[in-house]
Amino acid sequence: MNDDGSFAPVVAGSALGAGTPASTTPKNLPHRGGTPNQSADALRQQFGTAVRRVDVVWGETTVVIDPARVHDVIRWLHDDPSQRYDYLSDVTAVEFRDLEQPIEVVWHLRSLPFRRFIRVKSLIERGAALEAPSVWDIYKGADWLERECYDMFGIRFVGHPDLRRLLMWEQYNEGFPLRKDFPLRGRFSRSEQLRQALAANPEARYSKEELSIADAFEDLPADMRRRLTAGERTGE
Amino acid sequence: MATTKRTVEVELSTTGLDAQGRPQRVPLAVDEGGNVLTMEAPPGIEPDLSGEHMLINMGPQHPATHGVLRLVLELDGETVVRCIPHIGYLHCGFEKIGEYRQYNQIIPWTDREDYLNSPGNNVAFALGAERLFGIEITERCKVLRVIACELSRMISHLVWLGTTCIDIGAFTPFLWAFQQREEVYEMLEMWIGARLTTSLTRVGGMGADIPDGFTEKLSAFIRGFPKVIDEIDRVITRNGIWVGRTVGLGVMSPEEAVNYGLSGPMVRASGVAYDVRKDFPYLDYETYDFDVPVGTNGDVYDRFLVRMEELRQSTRILEQAIKRLPDGPVNVDDHRVILPPKSKATSDMESMIHHFKQVMEGPRPDAGECYVAVESPKGEKGYYMVSDGSSKPVRWRIRPPSFVNLSAIPRMVEGHLLSDVIAINASIDIVMGEIDR
Repeated sequence: MNDDGSFAPVVAGSALGAGTPASTTPKNLPHRGGTPNQSADALRQQFGTAVRRVDVVWGETTVVIDPARVHDVIRWLHDDPSQRYDYLSDVTAVEFRDLEQPIEVVWHLRSLPFRRFIRVKSLIERGAALEAPSVWDIYKGADWLERECYDMFGIRFVGHPDLRRLLMWEQYNEGFPLRKDFPLRGRFSRSEQLRQALAANPEARYSKEELSIADAFEDLPADMRRRLTAGERTGE
Repeated sequence: MATTKRTVEVELSTTGLDAQGRPQRVPLAVDEGGNVLTMEAPPGIEPDLSGEHMLINMGPQHPATHGVLRLVLELDGETVVRCIPHIGYLHCGFEKIGEYRQYNQIIPWTDREDYLNSPGNNVAFALGAERLFGIEITERCKVLRVIACELSRMISHLVWLGTTCIDIGAFTPFLWAFQQREEVYEMLEMWIGARLTTSLTRVGGMGADIPDGFTEKLSAFIRGFPKVIDEIDRVITRNGIWVGRTVGLGVMSPEEAVNYGLSGPMVRASGVAYDVRKDFPYLDYETYDFDVPVGTNGDVYDRFLVRMEELRQSTRILEQAIKRLPDGPVNVDDHRVILPPKSKATSDMESMIHHFKQVMEGPRPDAGECYVAVESPKGEKGYYMVSDGSSKPVRWRIRPPSFVNLSAIPRMVEGHLLSDVIAINASIDIVMGEIDR
């Protein structure tokens, strides 16, 4: 609702004028080598060699960006008036079965005003630190998506304000489940997994931060405070 | 509001205990002699409770959190100051399991993530896999999938409507909504044999064509359905309690809603007309005549109105789909993915080879990747699939709409009352199976 009481919805595709796009079906998509998204050329002009590669697979444009510049690139895609990628669909990572191949961190961006879709990738070479820049400062929606990616792959998103495990509990110490070296049944034996699951009682756990909310933390006995500060969790 | 054992323990370890170890209650008001006043306290002598914050643990077994969601709330009086959500209680590792399954074997898993939208998930997954294989499905299959998607949108919105009514205190619409949902489930049972976990699609087609009498039943259903919606509309849309408990809660501005990545009715209630069916269409949705309802204020009430209107629009789409349903085959004629008929598999050499290759090795797409998004009842549901040319995906990623929608809950509830958390949480339409996967 505007201040004067009038109302105008924000319409996706507003920058394009009238008309609705046609369905994308495999019939009109080549496997490789279709027309890339216009943004790919603009990125090449703007960032030059930081754009390592542009692929078009099944009609979707993928730009592979130098890991050091990927935050700048996404920031530019979000801010530039000719791009306006205002919607973050997804943040995830891919590890290949061929363990020589680098791990890919993938951002799926949408420009609602221009109805565009682009996939931004940055490759983490084997042996390099598992780190990627956080885009939380650009898209608030990246918060949980990055936490999940950290939880599942162990990729640290530098700049994320609260990078904790999300789906697995905080004490989980088997590793990162979606990595290819993680067996489907987990690392620990069945009995050990069962023992840990029964001992977990996650409902009764509060983080130190949460206890401090209720001013309860300062009131705890000194030795308990010390143990909590050292990283131990309460509730057992 | 259930206080858990732990909350009590915190209380015990904090304030004064009596000789038996029971927490001493601080009296609300005392007179000059220290005697507890049971009457309303005279002005001026109430203890100053401002700044005393309380920790409340809501869930994971709270009935109004719609599943195993746990919210840790910091309360100042009854006002929520901070909200810290905890999820993952239902984590099953669907994405990991998908890396060990062939494409058709993943379809039953898609039933179980957003279990109110199983046919829609099946369709979304099949669309993604077909793009990897480069398969163009038949015209009849496209229309059948539209019918499946819209029926599942109705199921999901009806369940949302019923449970939200219960949360906010209206019981009757719940029964009306679930009665209609039952009729949809009966149709799905007629079609595929299952109600909840449908596994309706296959890569390249459908598990079954619609049976005789299905379109008649569907036509009868969509004739009666708008009347029920109108009835629910009459009962709650202008109901004072309903309006009072929903208007002005959890407001998201259009810019915020887009920045938080909200989708579906959540973003449309904020006045952003973003619908995947219109903006990035699939299954020829651009050829159907339907409207995308948008809200003006982005509060809980607008989300309710948007979903009500979407139910009516789904009816319109179904009407058109029945009219245009063409004859012809449902499955593509592509023996990479569709099994030859059983009779031919035992008599025809070629068919036997196809049968053997598919069953023993599984269909193999070319190496590649795709991200296919559909408009699920909750929002933009995306499947990102990466293939290395083998029969199992290297990575199968679900972009769960209610996961991203739920991540904005701290922003939405902070500053509201504890009882409003129920309404705001209900308005997000969460399904924990999809959030935790």
